[in-house]
Amino acid sequence: MISDLFSVTVLIGILASGIRLATPYLYAAIGETFGQRSGVLNLGVEGQMLLGAFAAFYVALTTGNLWLGVLTAMLVGALMGLAMAYVTVNLSAEQGISGIGFFLFGLGMSDLLFQKLMGTVETVKGFPPMYIPGLSDIPGIGEIFFSQNLLVYGVYLLVPIAWFVLNKTTLGLKIRSVGENPDAADSLGVSVARIRYFTLILGGTLSGIAGASLSIALLNVFQQNMTSGLGFIAVALVYFGAWRPIGVLGGALLFSMINSLQLWIQVLGIPVPSDIAVMMPYVLTILVLVATVSRVRAPSALTKPFEREN
Amino acid sequence: MKKLLQSDWVSRLIDALLPIFATLAALLLGAVMLLFLKVNPIAAYAALWDGAFGSSNAFAETLVKATPLLLVALGICISFRGDVINIGGEGQMIIGAIFATWVGLTFTGLPGWLVVTLAMLAGFLGGAIWGGIPGVLKAYFRVNEILSTVMMNAIAVQLMNFLLRGPMIDPSQAELASKIPQTARLLDVFRLPRLAPTRLHLGALIAVVLAILVYILLWRTTLGYRIRAVGQNPHASRYAGIKVPRYIVLALLFSGAFAGLAGATQVFGVNFRMITDGSSSGFTGSAGFNGIVAALFGQLHPIWSIPASILFGALLVGANSMQRMVQVPSAFVTALNGMVVVFVVSSEIWRRRRQRRRLAAVHQDEEAPPPPDAEKRPRPETAT
Repeated sequence: MISDLFSVTVLIGILASGIRLATPYLYAAIGETFGQRSGVLNLGVEGQMLLGAFAAFYVALTTGNLWLGVLTAMLVGALMGLAMAYVTVNLSAEQGISGIGFFLFGLGMSDLLFQKLMGTVETVKGFPPMYIPGLSDIPGIGEIFFSQNLLVYGVYLLVPIAWFVLNKTTLGLKIRSVGENPDAADSLGVSVARIRYFTLILGGTLSGIAGASLSIALLNVFQQNMTSGLGFIAVALVYFGAWRPIGVLGGALLFSMINSLQLWIQVLGIPVPSDIAVMMPYVLTILVLVATVSRVRAPSALTKPFEREN
Repeated sequence: MKKLLQSDWVSRLIDALLPIFATLAALLLGAVMLLFLKVNPIAAYAALWDGAFGSSNAFAETLVKATPLLLVALGICISFRGDVINIGGEGQMIIGAIFATWVGLTFTGLPGWLVVTLAMLAGFLGGAIWGGIPGVLKAYFRVNEILSTVMMNAIAVQLMNFLLRGPMIDPSQAELASKIPQTARLLDVFRLPRLAPTRLHLGALIAVVLAILVYILLWRTTLGYRIRAVGQNPHASRYAGIKVPRYIVLALLFSGAFAGLAGATQVFGVNFRMITDGSSSGFTGSAGFNGIVAALFGQLHPIWSIPASILFGALLVGANSMQRMVQVPSAFVTALNGMVVVFVVSSEIWRRRRQRRRLAAVHQDEEAPPPPDAEKRPRPETAT
């Protein structure tokens, strides 16, 4: 049975589902990267994802329009980001704690709306796999990379875009300077508040899509607390990836591949207790954090509210 | 000068009342949400109040729910005072409960009082281990404790599921096809004594006594002083010769220990066995998170955490009666708790502002003569 793991079909299956499984936390983690680079730790990602997942699912279920679902999820996430921005920028509230508040709000609110508006678990026909003509026919490679749904393609396009914006544009420079030295940025005429509003709303929007990718592309159901910690994993991946989109991608893939392996181990009936298998990605993430985190430095102004001195 | 002192007293009172104002604001927003759900907010809040305080039984239930919240909150007071953000209460509760349950199921030949004592200590130890690991990771490997404690939560849940489905499963369930993941029931003599003819158990009293002890620990011992010093200024603490990493570990270790004790009291005082639905909240009732809320509400003060825990215990119990009486899912209260947290941390800004003004006022009193522009700008505190 162990030898089954190394057959080509299973290997392709593991890689393909690994690529797919990374989608939700990659969206969220890229969003969180922008926030943290500008100096704001948003721990409410999980709550934003849950509300996004519910919004997308409910709209898709009632209207049958998946894109409208994604759009609603983005809007809901953006609103959560806006609220987080007001609280952390204008009111200078402690970021970690207000994030927990937003997490609890999203957790309760999505459950409340689910019970009030739906009541029972239903399924929807989510985004179907989209085969890229030509490329999807390549044996192996085609199944792994080019037979995924649109939201999966979207997130892998997003990574280079995020890298480009952060490193090669004026906006990216402003974001980074606000996160490293807000006083200097402010004295050069960069509005710290406006940049942080932007990154938090962007982060919320992406968390919303992350939720949507779970509820109407990956699993096609909505359940209470269906993210079960994915939002926090996304935050962890940002540290893991050393605040760089490419690093975050690496972390997300590592985590999802181990997860995918663990799922396949169960599918193949290899006698490892499933609970222990599910635990593995978390154990590994801690170990990798131990090995990597001590070498990189967080943005200097991370978690520090900015107040002009005079 | 006299006027200044008087207004100082008023502004301090306002500071103390800020969380209450913040909660009222959250309740108000909650009322708007209820209106959107086409529920009469007055009827809903009345059902909530009635469920939490309506009878002696209801109040006892509130205290039963408040007990784990207070224990977790005490741990949070220690860690947050040391500037260590412990989000791992859920996992620490679970591990504490597992340790305690193991003691209860293993030493069946020993006298009840001894086993209960050992079990509580085991819970304390289990939580300490589960909190201590992220502590070591933070202090010596610079792993962010928010992340590691969240991961430790996920690991604890899976460990619980594994143990309750396998090694620790109730022998009678192991033979059945259903195989409900639960441990055997504790012997009746191992239960925490009841304090009244309700479900209220000794754990509540233990928690209150510990609140006083944590107060003494934080403000009357060198250990507490150092934890707080490290929390306020790690650099200065280092120059003062305090071994900063050691106190980071201790802060998380104690924080976890109290959560572990909370888990142990849940098993020995309320459920008398461990059972899992696969999630952490299925066992903890999210006390690991709500305890953070209670501690923040109590302004990270162990004594103030007592009324804060009772308040949030009341919200939890009231949520159930709200669900029964006006069909508002109890998830509403989770959302409400979230809003309370956001409002309370946001309201801190007014306290900081007043504090700054107070400092400015003191400086002006010391300086003679006062700077010329001080006359022109009337300060709100001294304005008559």
